[in-house]
Amino acid sequence: MSKYLQSADSDWYKKRLTGTAFLVFAVFLVLIVRLFYLQVIEGNELRRLSENNCIRLQSIDSPRGLIFDRNGELLVDNRPSFDLSIILKDAKPVEHTIEKLPQYIDVPVTELMSKISRNKGISSYTPILLKQDIGRDALAAIEVHKYDLPGIVVSVKPRRHYIYKQSAAHLIGYLGEISSDELKSGKYSGYRAGDYIGKFGVEKTYESLLRGKRGGRQVEVNATGQVVRVLRTVEAFPGHNIYLSIDYLLQKKAEELLEGLAGAIIAMEPSTGQILALASSPAFDQNAFVNGMSHEQWDSLISNPFRPMENKAINAEYPPASVYKIVTAIAALEEGIIDANTSFHCPGYYKCGNRIFRCWEKRGHDKVNVVKALAESCDVFFYQVSQKLGVDRLAWYARACGLGSATGIKLDHEAKGLIPTAAWKKSRTGVGWQLGETLSVAIGQSYNLVTPLQTMTLISGIANGGIRYKPLILRKVETAEGEVINENNSEVTGKLPVSQRTLEIVRKGLWEAVNKKRGTAWIAHVDDVDISGKTGTAQLVSRTGSDDNAAIDKANKLDHLKPHAWFAAYAPSKEPQIAVVVIVEHGEHGSSTAAPIARELIMTYCSAPNQPEPEGR
Amino acid sequence: MFDRRLVQNFDWSLLSLALILGFLGLVTLYSAVTAGTQAPQMEYYKQLVWYFVGLIFLVISFLFNYKTFDRWGYIIYILCISLLVGVLILGEGSKGAMRWLRFGFFSIQPSEPVKIAVIIILARYYSKHTNTAGLTLRELINPFLLTIIPFILIVKQPDLGTAIMIVLIAGSMTVFVKIERRSFLYLIVSSIISVPLVWFFLREYQKARILTFLNPDRDPLGTGYHIIQSKIAIGSGMISGKGFLKGTQNALSFLPEQHTDFIFSVFAEEWGLIGSVIILIIFLILIIKGLNVAYRCREPFGTILSVGITAMIFWQVIINIGMVMGLIPVVGVTLPFISYGGSSLISVMICIGILINISMRRFMVE
Repeated sequence: MSKYLQSADSDWYKKRLTGTAFLVFAVFLVLIVRLFYLQVIEGNELRRLSENNCIRLQSIDSPRGLIFDRNGELLVDNRPSFDLSIILKDAKPVEHTIEKLPQYIDVPVTELMSKISRNKGISSYTPILLKQDIGRDALAAIEVHKYDLPGIVVSVKPRRHYIYKQSAAHLIGYLGEISSDELKSGKYSGYRAGDYIGKFGVEKTYESLLRGKRGGRQVEVNATGQVVRVLRTVEAFPGHNIYLSIDYLLQKKAEELLEGLAGAIIAMEPSTGQILALASSPAFDQNAFVNGMSHEQWDSLISNPFRPMENKAINAEYPPASVYKIVTAIAALEEGIIDANTSFHCPGYYKCGNRIFRCWEKRGHDKVNVVKALAESCDVFFYQVSQKLGVDRLAWYARACGLGSATGIKLDHEAKGLIPTAAWKKSRTGVGWQLGETLSVAIGQSYNLVTPLQTMTLISGIANGGIRYKPLILRKVETAEGEVINENNSEVTGKLPVSQRTLEIVRKGLWEAVNKKRGTAWIAHVDDVDISGKTGTAQLVSRTGSDDNAAIDKANKLDHLKPHAWFAAYAPSKEPQIAVVVIVEHGEHGSSTAAPIARELIMTYCSAPNQPEPEGR
Repeated sequence: MFDRRLVQNFDWSLLSLALILGFLGLVTLYSAVTAGTQAPQMEYYKQLVWYFVGLIFLVISFLFNYKTFDRWGYIIYILCISLLVGVLILGEGSKGAMRWLRFGFFSIQPSEPVKIAVIIILARYYSKHTNTAGLTLRELINPFLLTIIPFILIVKQPDLGTAIMIVLIAGSMTVFVKIERRSFLYLIVSSIISVPLVWFFLREYQKARILTFLNPDRDPLGTGYHIIQSKIAIGSGMISGKGFLKGTQNALSFLPEQHTDFIFSVFAEEWGLIGSVIILIIFLILIIKGLNVAYRCREPFGTILSVGITAMIFWQVIINIGMVMGLIPVVGVTLPFISYGGSSLISVMICIGILINISMRRFMVE
């Protein structure tokens, strides 16, 4: 039986402690031997290495992935940029070197010196950047006079190059230098100050795919800073190449059509959700961001009243106007309030309580059923219907159609939009819902706000038989060697709340809007392609009050109060290949401004050689 | 009430060693944070304050009978563990690691006091269960649980260095009180078998990280580069050193974390082989004195407690210095007294206080 060690002065402990002491001595001896080895045997060699700090690290940047359109057209690549830096330790005397520099680069001595003094405190072995992107001519001159310029180093860095100026700027985005906040956030591990990261658009969303992996080498340098020996190298891995879903030719066409206007165009494949074009106007020059922008340039971008930095297709919210009548029609049909044959009489106005609600057509539409109401955009028909529907039921249908919530497109700052309900208004304003407000909601003119992309979800759902797809901007991802690592498949996010019967009725209405002489979008009618669509004219001045219609008509003529013009369409009407949404800010009428733009874009798409022959020829 | 023998038995040499090492630490830190700039940086003054706060803690730690630690063992342990849990929930940190708890104007690193708590709790357990035949597997379950809880919490932060430290301290204490031979063999055999099994289940990137840890050359731009620079710094000190504030590796920020984990390189560069051997000998004396306290203590709790504390100082010195000289893989372990950091300095001061405490009350055994 072993004895428990509760007694004092146990020899047992003492024996073990003596053994421990010997172990400790032995381990310390190992440390001292190692010290002796490093400081005496290797001492001279290590002292030599330390004298001019021979071992340095050089970074090898990874080329960022390229961006192509769906057909492999290169949209964004990298070009070499020659960056001029000075290593203070090697540049002696520094003033001497700096004074010679203005001969080669167009920067005054004072500015160069201030750049150096700003970097006081950092190691004299760290290169200080004097000028980025000096160009090939300056590079050649400097290389020739290298020995005159001790301490000057030119490094080649890949620099982002957006091939088509301003094209798809909002979709592709741009790069910028990483900020200290971003560095601290912990989201960017492996990044350092001075790195460029995606700040906007696809460049930002797919940063992790595009970036690649930085490499570097351990080198030994001599006293003048020249590399004598490469000790170790870690190769850089280039980023992945990205194929966007957009078709560059269509994108370019969309941008041409928006030239000089403020607004957005979206084109999408209704059967997959792939975005074919996404243009927002006015745009900005992405290359200006890469080269570093001056304060004036930035201020002029930010203060521009047409908001070039905003992606109007997804960040901007507009009243849906008559495009919303599609939702009202669906709700009324599905709820059994009307059927295909239910008709109302439109005298050009509708009386609700003691207020008069006008139809846009002052002469009235006479007898109107739902198909005609959609085709000719009769307000009175929808006023009548909405009274029976109520605002909350209408809101449910709007939400189910994808309005009032983000679509989930992989771009930043997607706006949500707004679908009003009675409860929402009560909590927001404290005032209860008024019956008359339902009338305005039904024609998309009240508190409702949607983004053009949400409108796209609705119209492409109508086109493809009722399915809501998540809008996709990425088609596939490849490694730099061309190995496909990810193909983006369609993602269904929901279904429109429609039966096939209802869908047929709505589609007929949209077809007649374009293809009947009295349809609001007759202007979009072409012989070659069978187009269906719905116009919208978003009044910025309330039309609900009947008190002073003359004053409202007058206000509508002012430039900054002119209505926004909508057109949402798809083609061909049977088995649609493309859906298009156009919004033109202050474009006055959907029929006269937006519809022709959509027509041109659809024509371009359907006449492209790689598209299937449109039907209905 | 007051016993004169307490004063007679006071271990002045332990106190002097703490003062000397603290002084050397301040001198080295001064150099590490002043190099390349005109005036010493904030860190130096902060450490100066911590040094005096540490001395106060040292004194408090020997004022009352160390048996109190025995009685309060579990409370101290639970308190420290809850601090660790607190870190994981509301902790602050840098570079993705959560190690700090903020209390008004100062913050502490709970993983430091946890080391002492584990030593106390294990000393308490072993002092009641040790026998000459050694501990059986069944008796080891408790100590295992007491060690693994803080270990996991610290790995989660993640702070691998301190987590390894806890295992080494607990392991040293356990081996010291002896494991029963058959159980010992069983433990060794089962760990040999489990290593390849665990390896098999690890993911690729985890394997890569472990391989880099064992062989820094696999990461020539990170750890590998740090080790080369550290070796150059130490070696270039040669026999007599470059002199105070003359270290160039340090001055040019070629050393990583030069005021915390790599501070010994700064010292060795400036003071050479002579200085480095002297500082090693001071540490050696401190450790032998710690074992001597255990030797002269006449009851198990005090003996095992001093062994645990000595083990902690021993392993930190060996791992830190071994690491900067390229003998041991790089883990974040501070050098007691010398590295910058309030929590670590105060912990080690408390440890010295406890040793003095055990030493001066050695006559009090009934």
